[in-house]
Amino acid sequence: MSVKTFTRGGVHPPEHKEPTAGSPIREIPPAPEMVVPLSQHTGAPCEATVAVGDRVMAGQKIGDSEAFISAPVHSPVSGTVKAIEMRRVFTGAMVRCVVIAPDEHQEQAAQTERRDWRALAPDEIRSIVRQAGIVGLGGAAFPASVKIAPPKDKPIDSVIINGCECEPFLTCDQALMLLRPDDLIEATRLLIKVVGARRGYIGIELNKPDAIELLASKLKEDPEICVVRCEVKYPEGAEKQLIKAVLDREVPPGKLPSEVGALVHNVGTALAILDAVAQGTTLTRRVVTVTGAVARPGNLEVRVGTPVSHLIEQCGGFAGQPGKVILGGPMTGWAIEDLGVPVQKGTSGVVVLTREYMDAHPTLACVRCGKCVEVCPMGLMPNMIGIYAERGRYDDAEKWNAMDCFECGACAYVCPSKRPLVDCVRKSKQAINEKHRRQREAKS
Amino acid sequence: MAENGAQNELLVVSSSPHVKTRDTTQRLMGDVLIGLAPAAAAAGYLFGSRALMIMAASVGTAVLAEHLVSRMGHKRTTIGDLSAAVTGLLLAFNLPPSVPPWIPVIGSAVAILLVKALFGGLGGNFLNPALAARAILLAAWPVHMTAWIRPFDLVGTATPLATLVPKGVAGVPLPSYLDMFLGRIPGSLGETSALALLAGGLYLLWRRVIDWHTPVAFVGTVFVLTWLLGPDGIGTGDPLAHVLSGGLMLGALFMATDYVTSPVTPRGRLVMGLGCGLLTVLIRIYGAFPEGVSYSILIMNVATPLIDRWMTPRKFGMVKTA
Repeated sequence: MSVKTFTRGGVHPPEHKEPTAGSPIREIPPAPEMVVPLSQHTGAPCEATVAVGDRVMAGQKIGDSEAFISAPVHSPVSGTVKAIEMRRVFTGAMVRCVVIAPDEHQEQAAQTERRDWRALAPDEIRSIVRQAGIVGLGGAAFPASVKIAPPKDKPIDSVIINGCECEPFLTCDQALMLLRPDDLIEATRLLIKVVGARRGYIGIELNKPDAIELLASKLKEDPEICVVRCEVKYPEGAEKQLIKAVLDREVPPGKLPSEVGALVHNVGTALAILDAVAQGTTLTRRVVTVTGAVARPGNLEVRVGTPVSHLIEQCGGFAGQPGKVILGGPMTGWAIEDLGVPVQKGTSGVVVLTREYMDAHPTLACVRCGKCVEVCPMGLMPNMIGIYAERGRYDDAEKWNAMDCFECGACAYVCPSKRPLVDCVRKSKQAINEKHRRQREAKS
Repeated sequence: MAENGAQNELLVVSSSPHVKTRDTTQRLMGDVLIGLAPAAAAAGYLFGSRALMIMAASVGTAVLAEHLVSRMGHKRTTIGDLSAAVTGLLLAFNLPPSVPPWIPVIGSAVAILLVKALFGGLGGNFLNPALAARAILLAAWPVHMTAWIRPFDLVGTATPLATLVPKGVAGVPLPSYLDMFLGRIPGSLGETSALALLAGGLYLLWRRVIDWHTPVAFVGTVFVLTWLLGPDGIGTGDPLAHVLSGGLMLGALFMATDYVTSPVTPRGRLVMGLGCGLLTVLIRIYGAFPEGVSYSILIMNVATPLIDRWMTPRKFGMVKTA
């Protein structure tokens, strides 16, 4: 069986998946205070649909928006709304949140009967996915209902389920593939139907042989779906790179996967879609890998809105002196300063690094070794973006394609002078977006 | 927030990625020093204590100059990144073994102070410091810089290249290929032993400190062109002698691959090698000097920003449409 991968760039960071690989998913109880941000997704933030003092049910909608690119949020618990106020989230920003005190009963909002998705029209499915508040669970948190409604002139022929999990440390998708292989296949068929595709692929990196074997055995003679073995290489699970690996198609700069007839959904997202459609659930829980310097690492089923400190406690606390706490994987995740920030729909992991693990080499000047150019999966020259961003010359950073970077971090990972290249790209993007906004305003 | 305050103040916040390779610039420079070690040992063997003294004077001055520059700028010393030591050793390799000891001292000071520090230090210089310093020394003290001696007995002589090129000395027989490969020929201190340089170069390739593009393109171009442009017409040249003589191996493996002054993209590095090879052959066969490796590299150093601009990688998704 051939092994697929993207062709340009990539790195091999140490995997560190052993502590939680293959460990079962364990559910944790709600925290005494749940903090549900009203903006957990790419797109327009929600307005609260409940008021302080209201009693809410688990799964009940508590925030919604009229905008096309948005997703409603639901209460993860039954309880009382204590406050609707600005709270800090993992990015460091202040976001309006619904703060809920859970009660003892944990009542579910009324759920629909089990439904047969085969009997539903694609538009009905899209509406259910929208109402369920499903966003991409891989990290970007893009509203799933938008993704499964591609433009009419861009037919989708291939659905790719992303089981690469190329970030070091994280194992939540692997755990889901092992726990619910039949549901994942079912979810893939559902997605194929919704977008009218012909083929489905489940891309999994070779470092998860158990998941590959399990799913491949179930899909042995399948005419529609197959497992694609992917090389262990970061960022194999990046959307454009996975499409290149599986279909050998390149999504043009600034375009979406529908441009080349592909739809990519992460394992967790696909399962959430199936659950919403077949069982009427809303997205209020997800699997989070809590690992690194904690006493009992594991894959936890966590209610959205649970403070990170509660997850750490449920894993037996820190093991040793924590240096950094990262939400997401170590390559693209966010280091948090406040353990009170809540788990969101897009939070795939909590990775605790000790001080010893973090290297503290000083940043040196660029020596032009070219290693960042070699590893960049987008064919960019991060060295140039870094040099110009450092001098505040963002127009030049734009000329060197800063906007085409998706911040995988391969360049900064490999840089021997330890230059903060991703940071430089982010600053450039911010300045460039600001400039374009001003230009648009000047025109109108 | 309050209940977590005690732990919070200990957490580090920084931009992703949160893991980095163990590779550092210091380690890369250390690897270059290791790569240069076989040739340094060969120089000591071939030219004796004189060679060791020149290398010590050159490296010592370079490191001292780097340290003084840091001090003058009230910054922490940058000698730890080892780049100054590399520059010093490379300069020594490019000097005739007969030079008086003050030549490497002046050369290293020029390399670090004039060519490197004045342009912003590590990463800022646009010329290879060792080669630029050598060019200045050659212009200032041409007699010292072109007085060649034989290995072992250290008797004055001409280099094989002087015999090989059209404008050279007639009547001196060319040494055997084996002697040229092993380094038992007159020449600059660290350039004569192709064997030692290849061993070090392979180490750098294996450690992925350098890639193959520049050395292969450089040596390949010289090989093909010197064969074509032979003394008695097309295809009558002695390409092997050209490749094994002069500073070609040293230049192709260790000087044209200098990160700071050469292109960053693989295609750019091919152009670097091709350009160096072409210029070397033009200078050797048609120019005023018998050797052209250093000048060809210096010229290509100047062209590097342009090469970087033109030889960019293909952007992902930019599929050629017919």
